[in-house]
Amino acid sequence: MTIAVLFFIIFFILKKGLPVLSFKFLTTNPGEMGKTGGIFSTIIGTIALTVTAVLIAAPLGIGSAIYLTEYTRENWVTRVIRFGAECLAGIPSIIFGLFGFILFVTKLKFGWSILSGSLTLAFMILPTLIRTSEEAIRAVPYVYREVSYSLGSTKWQTVTKVVLPSAMPGIVTGIILSVGRSIGETASVIFTAGSALRLPTSIFSSSRTMSVHFYILAREGISMSNAYGTAAILILAILAVNLVTYAIMHRFMRKYC
Amino acid sequence: MGIIEVSDLSFFYGKFQALKNVTLSIEKQKITALIGPSGCGKTTFLRTLNRMNDLVEGACCQGQVLIDGLDIYQKGVDLLELRRKVGLVFQRPNPFPLSIFDNVTYGLRVHGVQDRDVIQERLRWSLESVRLWKELKDSLDRNALSLTGEQQQRLCIARLIAVEPEILLMDEPCSALDLFATEKIEDLMRELKKQYTIVIVTHNMQQAARVSDFTGYFLLGELVEFGETTQIFTAPTDRRTEDYITGRFG
Ligand SMILES: Nc1ncnc2c1ncn2[C@@H]1O[C@H](COP(=O)(O)OP(=O)(O)OP(=O)(O)O)[C@@H](O)[C@H]1O
Ligand SMILES: [Mg+2]
Repeated sequence: MTIAVLFFIIFFILKKGLPVLSFKFLTTNPGEMGKTGGIFSTIIGTIALTVTAVLIAAPLGIGSAIYLTEYTRENWVTRVIRFGAECLAGIPSIIFGLFGFILFVTKLKFGWSILSGSLTLAFMILPTLIRTSEEAIRAVPYVYREVSYSLGSTKWQTVTKVVLPSAMPGIVTGIILSVGRSIGETASVIFTAGSALRLPTSIFSSSRTMSVHFYILAREGISMSNAYGTAAILILAILAVNLVTYAIMHRFMRKYC
Repeated sequence: MGIIEVSDLSFFYGKFQALKNVTLSIEKQKITALIGPSGCGKTTFLRTLNRMNDLVEGACCQGQVLIDGLDIYQKGVDLLELRRKVGLVFQRPNPFPLSIFDNVTYGLRVHGVQDRDVIQERLRWSLESVRLWKELKDSLDRNALSLTGEQQQRLCIARLIAVEPEILLMDEPCSALDLFATEKIEDLMRELKKQYTIVIVTHNMQQAARVSDFTGYFLLGELVEFGETTQIFTAPTDRRTEDYITGRFG
């Protein structure tokens, strides 16, 4: 049933969207609010926002996971961190948008910008990153750590040279899931990164992502065909991300089980 | 004096006493076998010799262990250096899920060796020591997990030898291997004792009789008897040892 719905949605969007797609659609900037032209600047905006968000969140997430698994035992600190991460995971994205708007856009005066948007996104993907990294690190057999110590390594060497490389496929899976989430995110991004159609020039430029573009095109009824074109690209991108995740998981399984 | 001198060593996991006043002396470039029934403290004893037991929560150790005359439980002992010098082979072959090259050179990297020529030379020499060089020299970037059990165990020994230890501790190194592979690892041990001091824990009395020069019999955390292997197996002085080796117990 779910599969049927999934296929129906994909089929429907692709059927409406694919005819619009062309090389030109991908490589020209939108004109007349998106009525004409392509979606080039929104593709760039999406990539910039996603990459920056992951660059901010991944070190934090992986760092927290290492701390939680390797450097402490269960105590109130770890419980607070876990509880915090779970709460973050449960917050609706529109609330993140509002929070990001108040904190980054107005208080810290970053304005509507890629920076504000990606900081907000970073908060949203952090729980996933922590959880997947933690699971991946915990799955590394204890005996690898023992071997490493028995060869005279320090704790830090053991973590960086044995534990992290062994956990890397799992960690990368988490990162890719976060990328998928970032690409699809709309509500929080409108509030924080704005919806400028110009090509962004720095992380302080406002920029529109594909999801936001689709939302605005559809809601304002600017151009349904361009909206479907954007949606088709979005779906293809997310599909690709998921396929890559699947492939990595598959290889990981073959290697370790 | 032996290369390892243990005197009056007791070891506790929390309240449970796993070793009781063990005293023995292990000679350089000999193979010393430790036998005894399951749970008698063989592994625990082995791991006190390179302080791997420090990793266990709530463990506590009393008594003295001298290695090369140095008290290893003294304050300020360089643990990393101790563990380099006293290497441990585990019961199950456990190469890292990395390439053969990365496995063997792991120890070198953590000890800060960066010179490529040195690394190449040690790699070759370690693999030659365990008789793997010929088989594997053309597939050094293969994943170590794709090797057979015996090759993996050899690789684990090579990984140790690469950091130039003096003492090899082996905890039932053949228990996961078949008879044929076991024989080959035993041959390897005879080769290795020309350069290294080996302490091997084994469940298998025939194995102790075959490879070792000295044998110690543990029972419930006590070292019941220790002496030359031939003496232990032909004329044990303790009734309990006799019962064990004649198969009346354990
Ligand atoms: N981490 C630990 N915490 C608490 N008790 C332990 C721990 N490790 C071992 N023990 C106990 O210490 C005793 C000795 O264990 P040890 O592993 O040294 O025995 P062993 O002679 O190596 O046995 P086997 O032949 O089964 O490997 C056992 O009774 C065991 O239950
Ligand atoms: Mg044992």
